[in-house]
Amino acid sequence: MSGASAEMMVVVASRALQGHRTCFVGIGAPSTAANLARATHSPDLVLIYESGCIGAKPTRLPLSIGDGGLAETADAVVSVPEIFAYWLQPGRIEVGFLGAAQIDRFANLNSTVIGPYDAPTTRLPGAGGAPEIASACRQTLVLMRQSPRSFVSDLDFCTTVGFGGGAGDRARLGFRGAGPMMVITDLGVLEPDPDSCELVLTHLHPGVDVGAVKAATGWDLKVADDVEVTAPPSAAERQALTRLEATTPKSQAHG
Amino acid sequence: MLVQLEQTPRRWPRMSGGQVVELADAIEDLVHDGDAVALEGFTHLIPFAAAHEIIRQRRRHLTLARLTPDLIYDQLVGMSCADRLVFSWGGNPGIGSLHRIRDAVERAWPQPLVLEEHTHAGLTARYVAGASGLPFGVLRAYDGTDLAQRTSVAPVICPFTGEQLAAVPALNPDVGIVHAQQADREGNVQMWGITGVQKETILASARSLVTVEEVVDRLEPRPGGVIVPWWVITAVALAPGGSHPSYSAGYSERDNSFYQSWDEISRDRDTFSEWMRIHVLEAATT
Repeated sequence: MSGASAEMMVVVASRALQGHRTCFVGIGAPSTAANLARATHSPDLVLIYESGCIGAKPTRLPLSIGDGGLAETADAVVSVPEIFAYWLQPGRIEVGFLGAAQIDRFANLNSTVIGPYDAPTTRLPGAGGAPEIASACRQTLVLMRQSPRSFVSDLDFCTTVGFGGGAGDRARLGFRGAGPMMVITDLGVLEPDPDSCELVLTHLHPGVDVGAVKAATGWDLKVADDVEVTAPPSAAERQALTRLEATTPKSQAHG
Repeated sequence: MLVQLEQTPRRWPRMSGGQVVELADAIEDLVHDGDAVALEGFTHLIPFAAAHEIIRQRRRHLTLARLTPDLIYDQLVGMSCADRLVFSWGGNPGIGSLHRIRDAVERAWPQPLVLEEHTHAGLTARYVAGASGLPFGVLRAYDGTDLAQRTSVAPVICPFTGEQLAAVPALNPDVGIVHAQQADREGNVQMWGITGVQKETILASARSLVTVEEVVDRLEPRPGGVIVPWWVITAVALAPGGSHPSYSAGYSERDNSFYQSWDEISRDRDTFSEWMRIHVLEAATT
């Protein structure tokens, strides 16, 4: 992925946090986006890491969710049973970030295996906190690079439920949160159709055309009538991002 | 794999008289071939020194439980210590794959590895139930996913509201091993910073070992500190630096560059085996 498209993903994710108070953060692009939001439009955004750090204000981007800097700057550090049972499960947290190896048209995610479960061609890390982040956060943002290998018509394994089989499934499953409201990729932004919950291309990043996005999608991607073009990173966003990334050695800047 | 916690864990005989024991002796006495062992520590306070001692003593056929297998289980699996892995997220944080665990799952090297996987919340609930002396934990999880068919979870109906929830069986390892910052001479333990599921691991396990950075005359309570009293801990062993390349807040920093270099070391079977020979098998014991 080019530096420019990675930067665009982080900037769009950061903008999506505007107006929100609490965010459940994973490592890598989500952490960069959440810290960029704090450095620009939302200085009071509460960052919650699954290691138990609530209200972390890291001065450098962490390599792992358990980095010492997160605990030292947190409003509270709680145990892992507490973070999942008391903080995530009751639906206290507004926005959660997700990523995966595969996504389907209803934003269900696979982070478990490529190939058959019992004889996988690639064993992926597994579920971690994703299934409960997806069900309990009031809404989620998915960050994924777009390609036909990752945007697939059928998942090899459903680790995390987005909209299941379509409209009404989240309610049937008893999920409290609204689900994935945006899928932010290196090419554009997909959002669920309000009626069917199927993902629809709504934004293109500058310089990307609809054909390129459709070619990078393993199903017949629906396209909004009025596709907008994402505003490129502003000078302020770019400056803040450069400052943040300078806090982490180059080799550690992504993960 | 699940053992009933029938009694309060006995204090290890060698611990009497306030003696902190040698790590090698503790592993020899507490960890047996075929045991279910949980070495916990959520990114922070990972008990690497204890794992290396298990590798040196060539334990076999272990069931290893841990939320995040991390490098510590990559090493144990690659060194043929384990038949089975109970986990919820198996990657090298911020870096990528655990190559030795992948090699075991995808190509049965050095031997096959049976997986039982959960979500973090699910496995955590198993530890909490185990520590609480309950047969199962309850949570909202797994619905609608393929995980539900691949792990130990069952639906349970709330007797008060009728709501369907997920039940997960208690996890009661034979041995729980954690690293902490300090113990006093009685064997009381204090840890602070990110404390993960360490307390639950000690309380859920039939036997427990805590390795510590330092033994002090008296524990000074820390903000956010977790104190575990001596009488639920089977053995305490001194292992300064024993969480490296993880870290012990107040004593050491996470060695991020080692986590990065592990990607290269562990990718190749021979490079891995050679690294383990030099740095673990032939390394002086603590």
